[in-house]
Amino acid sequence: MDSTKNTDVLDLANLYKDSVKADDRPGFSGFIIAKEKLFDIAKDLRDKYGYDYLSCVSGVDYPETNSMEVVYHAYRSSGGSALVFKTQVERVDPMEVPSLISIWPGVDLQEREIWDLFGIKFAGHPDLRRILMWEGFEGHPMRKDWKEAFYEEEAKPLKSRWPDGNHKYAEAKAAYGDNINFEAGFDPEKWTPTDPEEALYSALKKYQTEDVDGIKTDHLLINMGPQHPSTHGVFRAVVILDGEEIVSLKPVMGYLHRNHEKIGERNTFLQNIPFTDRLDYFNSMYSAWGYSLAVERLLGLAVPERAEYIRVIFGEMSRIQNHLILFGMLWNDLGAYFTPALYAFEERELMLDIFEAVSGSRMMCNYHRFGGVVRDIDPASMQKIKELVYERLPRKIEEFDRLLSENEIFVSRMKGIGYLSPEDCLAYSVSGPTLRAAGIPYDIRRAEPYGVYDRFEFDIPLRYNSDLLDRYLVRIDEIKQSVRILQQALRDIPEGPVLTGKPSYQIKVPAGETYGRVEAPKGELGYYVVSNGKGNPYRYKIRTPSFVNVTSVEKMCVGTKIADFVTILGMVDIVLGEVDR
Amino acid sequence: MSINELNLPDFNIPDDMEGKVTVTTLDRLYNFGRRSSLWPMMFGLACCAIEMIAAQAARYDMARFGMEVMRPSPRQCDVMIVAGTVTKKMVPSIVRLYNQMAEPKYVVAMGACASSGGPFKEGYNVVAGIDKYLPVDVYIPGCPPTPQALMAGMIKLQEKIDKQSISKVRWYQKGPDSVEIAVPFLGPDLIDPRRIPDIKAKSAELAVAAVAPAAESSTEG
Amino acid sequence: MYGIGLIKGLSVTLNRFVESYTEDIRWLVKRYAKVDFRSSKDAKGTFTIEYPEQQLNIPEEFRFTPFLVYDEGENGEKNIRCTSCGICAKACPPQCIWIVRTVDPATGRPQPQPAEFYIDADICMNCGFCAEFCPFDAIKMNHDFEQSSYTRNLKNKEILLQPASYYANIRPLNYAKEEAARAEKAAAKAAAKA
Ligand code: SF4
Ligand code: SF4
Ligand code: SF4
Repeated sequence: MDSTKNTDVLDLANLYKDSVKADDRPGFSGFIIAKEKLFDIAKDLRDKYGYDYLSCVSGVDYPETNSMEVVYHAYRSSGGSALVFKTQVERVDPMEVPSLISIWPGVDLQEREIWDLFGIKFAGHPDLRRILMWEGFEGHPMRKDWKEAFYEEEAKPLKSRWPDGNHKYAEAKAAYGDNINFEAGFDPEKWTPTDPEEALYSALKKYQTEDVDGIKTDHLLINMGPQHPSTHGVFRAVVILDGEEIVSLKPVMGYLHRNHEKIGERNTFLQNIPFTDRLDYFNSMYSAWGYSLAVERLLGLAVPERAEYIRVIFGEMSRIQNHLILFGMLWNDLGAYFTPALYAFEERELMLDIFEAVSGSRMMCNYHRFGGVVRDIDPASMQKIKELVYERLPRKIEEFDRLLSENEIFVSRMKGIGYLSPEDCLAYSVSGPTLRAAGIPYDIRRAEPYGVYDRFEFDIPLRYNSDLLDRYLVRIDEIKQSVRILQQALRDIPEGPVLTGKPSYQIKVPAGETYGRVEAPKGELGYYVVSNGKGNPYRYKIRTPSFVNVTSVEKMCVGTKIADFVTILGMVDIVLGEVDR
Repeated sequence: MSINELNLPDFNIPDDMEGKVTVTTLDRLYNFGRRSSLWPMMFGLACCAIEMIAAQAARYDMARFGMEVMRPSPRQCDVMIVAGTVTKKMVPSIVRLYNQMAEPKYVVAMGACASSGGPFKEGYNVVAGIDKYLPVDVYIPGCPPTPQALMAGMIKLQEKIDKQSISKVRWYQKGPDSVEIAVPFLGPDLIDPRRIPDIKAKSAELAVAAVAPAAESSTEG
Repeated sequence: MYGIGLIKGLSVTLNRFVESYTEDIRWLVKRYAKVDFRSSKDAKGTFTIEYPEQQLNIPEEFRFTPFLVYDEGENGEKNIRCTSCGICAKACPPQCIWIVRTVDPATGRPQPQPAEFYIDADICMNCGFCAEFCPFDAIKMNHDFEQSSYTRNLKNKEILLQPASYYANIRPLNYAKEEAARAEKAAAKAAAKA
């Protein structure tokens, strides 16, 4: 990696001698900032030192040292590696750290998530509610001492499975005979239901009655989702309307919160790979890459050349497929019911055939391993990939372009809608094509290259209007660039092994922390992994592009018509497996 | 031979009775009607939903079975394909949607998650199988089941429908299955209204158990 | 002019519409040869594979749920390859494999045979780790995806067992490779003895 970029990391400990110290735990890096000073220093970081992009906020629970930690990963939008800073609080309720929402509004949902899962309060956050679980849920589940109903052991493998593994349903062991848990003495009859939605509705701009020319107007509240054909899954948005215009909007999520992180901390390192497939289920090839990257860094493991090329090949194929599906679904939402989606699915099927032949499954590839990939591409599949990349895809992308890009109805529905200024894009931690449609050339493949991306010639597609049309066009260009990368990768792929070392199901990872991030088709996908030297990760945090990008939806929507909301949300390109994890 | 036996759709009509037995043929007609136009609900929860969409798309084309019309409204559909992980936060909506469906209605649990919680079973926000709330007709294992596996499951559902009889199906009967299913609600954890007495008894028991050792130690000390 | 883009797009759909008929005529006779064609780069027109009459070609590496392999003995007895070493149960991410090791009732020492072997197919995430890490090639991933049922699927040893010939049939290349490796090992052993 580029060494000049790595040296420009700020030495915070020297700059703020009395309130910052370098994190000197073995394997850890970054700076620990006293929480009283956090806000001021963060402000300086943005204004004086140019760290204008706060990518990831993670909470970590350390019961042994009786502390909780909040870890921030900040970047410069001009490129370079992360500045990691942390703040610690004593592990006694109520815990409180200052919210950074007025510096980087993009932390909004991430801070709410930490409050929900860890119970750390963020002072100054205007709307600190639970986000993934419901208001009224008992406990903060990501704390190390919080146990779920089906809890068996601290870490897998579980002892009850072998050598004396008489099958027993988990329900048979749970106290309530199901995946539920209540405080001892809880009486459901005496329990008074609180309205879980109350906090949500009060967070919205209320049904204000405004006097416009002496006429009283009531605003309209509309719930979209969680079962709604155009929210791409179980996403819900609560919208306040003035006529048809959106006044205020709150995303509501958690309907697919599958506890990836809690399960991931019990899994061994390897067992997490198939789980990453289920994050962004359109791009399992890419999701696993970020995780492998993070763990390989901790292990200090090199990946063989051929495996790196294979990762690029499948990564870029997923990107093409992801964008095509996005267009298809978007058109569905816009009313061209199913035709473009059907066309998109055809190309996707052909690619999935290859995924299936190589990895064994169409969607849940489980193909990456630490130090490479599980098996080589067989010659027949290689031939198919070549045929697709050199012959079919360019033709089909051109056809897609012809089908949609100039369609007047389409253009008029997209042009000028959903504007988000470049400054806001950065402030809201938006990543991926949306950011590049605002004219900011930030692509992790270039800003902090991983794998062998630094060997390929490709452009970062840019557009400058930051509206829906540009986000669409950027993606079209991205597909074309992906084909270009694929052609180079297929030309240059060397022979050789595809995996370093022997495959093993038990891997001990040296203690330390790492943040591995990749430019997934939807944006920046990062894994913050902390290991304490055991077989399972101590902390496994997933920073997903869909989740963080949703933060900006309200900003994009306010002032537009309700019909545009669907398109705007569609263009943000969320997938619920990633939003809720 | 009893009347009931005659009424079963899988009873083969003897030649000399052909044209005389009306209930049986009515059943057949009725079953044929239902099996040939199973409209699924447009309702995806997670990864499996993508395979469900793929099954609707050109490659597999469920329209060949009369299942192409995905309806977003529960009022207009016959079968609910529960495609994906059912979470505690989502399950009240799912049960409500099921209650809103018009009979005859079927439930297909697609994938490991819908069948029993799947790989996420141990998760704190996951319902271990939709069959805890809804009567599931067909379980399709797999994670995700490929579109072909989904179609195999739907064919299995058709086979099941073929064997049903108007006089026996649960929605024309009095009984626990014919009534609306109580919608669970979110308290400190998910509460199934049908299990309230259970929960109460168990938590009281736990409270006693929690007090007892404390009391013991205090008497000792 | 307004409408050009629309017409351009519609011409694409029209083209597809016509193709679906020309392709139909082209494949009228060789109806069942079209699976390969429709999965190739030249696929156009109608794209449908008419499951259940036709089926997509299942690639060798395809994985659905796991099964246990046994070798057929001379007298038709089933020699289960599994030694109940427990590696698959340890590697399994959702921990859906349950194994009871056989214990010699006389000595109390474990024997290399599973007494019970359960896989909860309703939890299994089809990841293939069990097959990947089993040192005895005793557990393999199935190709049979038509497993839907009217009840939940908890599979016990009897249901899981499949003969080695079945395995050789669905994964010929892997089977050949493993057999070769085994033969080599046996030869090396014999050579070491001699
Ligand atoms: S069964 Fe597997 S593919 Fe289906 S929803 Fe669950 S995790 Fe996703
Ligand atoms: S199947 Fe293989 S890994 Fe599993 S217990 Fe048997 S021999 Fe060991
Ligand atoms: S395929 Fe994966 S989840 Fe299924 S039994 Fe094997 S290791 Fe477990």
